[in-house]
Amino acid sequence: MPSLLSNENLKINAQKFNLFYGDFQALKDINVDIPENAITSIIGPSGCGKSTFLRSINRMNELIPSVKTDGGIYLDDEDIYTQDVVELRKRVGMVFQRPNPFPKSIFDNVAYGPRAHGLKNKAVLEEIVEKSLTDSALWDEVKDNLNKSGLALSGGQQQRLCIARALAVEPEVILMDEPASALDPIATLKIEELIQNLKKEYTIVIVTHNMQQAARASDYTMVFNMHPDRSGYIIEYGKTSQIFTNPQEKITEDYISGRFG
Amino acid sequence: MPRETLDTKLTQIKNEIYLLGSMVEQAVLDATNTLKTRNLDEARRIYEEDSVINEKRFALENAIIILLATQQPFARDLRLLAAMLLVVNELERMADYAKGIAKITIKLGSSDIDIPVRDFQKMAEQSVSMLHRSLSAFIEQNPNLAAAIPQEDDIVDEMYTKIYRNTIQYAIANPTQMDEANDILWIAHNLERFADRVTNICERTIFITTGELMEMNTNDDEEYLSEK
Repeated sequence: MPSLLSNENLKINAQKFNLFYGDFQALKDINVDIPENAITSIIGPSGCGKSTFLRSINRMNELIPSVKTDGGIYLDDEDIYTQDVVELRKRVGMVFQRPNPFPKSIFDNVAYGPRAHGLKNKAVLEEIVEKSLTDSALWDEVKDNLNKSGLALSGGQQQRLCIARALAVEPEVILMDEPASALDPIATLKIEELIQNLKKEYTIVIVTHNMQQAARASDYTMVFNMHPDRSGYIIEYGKTSQIFTNPQEKITEDYISGRFG
Repeated sequence: MPRETLDTKLTQIKNEIYLLGSMVEQAVLDATNTLKTRNLDEARRIYEEDSVINEKRFALENAIIILLATQQPFARDLRLLAAMLLVVNELERMADYAKGIAKITIKLGSSDIDIPVRDFQKMAEQSVSMLHRSLSAFIEQNPNLAAAIPQEDDIVDEMYTKIYRNTIQYAIANPTQMDEANDILWIAHNLERFADRVTNICERTIFITTGELMEMNTNDDEEYLSEK
């Protein structure tokens, strides 16, 4: 697949990437360039490998014993499969579908990552917590209650807390797997606007079942589809404005206009 | 604010429509002025630069379609974007009238036909003033301002009628200049239609603010019917 990148810098690049769960091939020949400081969404029918590809970008799939991969995924031109995985996951953070704050205070949730990486200085931790909560658009709502349990927040606030927790270790890339699917429409729009602000500092890749969300919130859209053997591949990748107004592939057209999938 | 992206883009498109409107205003004033100066180079410039307006119209149309597709606007936002599609189309057609006038200036060349320059300038100034205010009403979404403008179309219509009658009389008295007299009528027609299209823009402002699709100022037809 040809590179799309015009002015943007290349951040993540997959080359002939294949992934197998045992004998089943879940991803086939994924070749794609993901630009820096942009929001790239991944859409496609259920079971086509969207989340599998997303999880490959920070090697979360290795937690499943039967997984094998070949080909490569490169972060700033370095093969992520030859890097230290702890260091990789510090650079490539993840936010999940259901908000999953730890049963700890708001402060401790955000400070968790930096502490795990050995940071003890209280003043520095306070600074990181404030910056992360500010960047995740939650600070004004929680600054007087940092000792309150993270679980006491609303669903939308919990998800922004999880985003703050991901930001606290200063990643370069944030992967989001259906980050708003458990939220109401207004909380969803808040997360989308938050993501718009985050792209100034981070590269964001987001998997969503919600095509409208991909249309609203992303700069680039990657459309996955399934081969007859059920392995996932990229059918089309382009600027979101182009994919949703003038897709080049019939399958994309049928999928985004609700006639397939 | 949850819809910052949509709001920012809507503001950008509004500003661009305003800019397109001022290009159209300038084109029709300049074209009408060439009837006085008989400056053929200037007329050619106006004729050729219509393509800039056409390109801008397509760029705006494209931007509006992308917003419709990607931002899923509803209610007032949806009405605004649908109305914008129509308004950019109206502006492009209005620019064609300016182009048409420039073309007639070129065609008339140094013909000695008596052009009612002052009347044409008055028509153009009145039409441009109406367009300018109609776009302000559209951008500010001010239905009261929009509702007051279409009745002023009668002023333009009266001037059109005056020019029409004088020109017909002139043509009868000077049958060798029938062709040029016809050109004069076309200029008057272009300016009259230019002002008519302002009413369409005002109707869209009412649509955005109230949701009602209604026709404003149907005086032309009523007069025609009563004369019958």
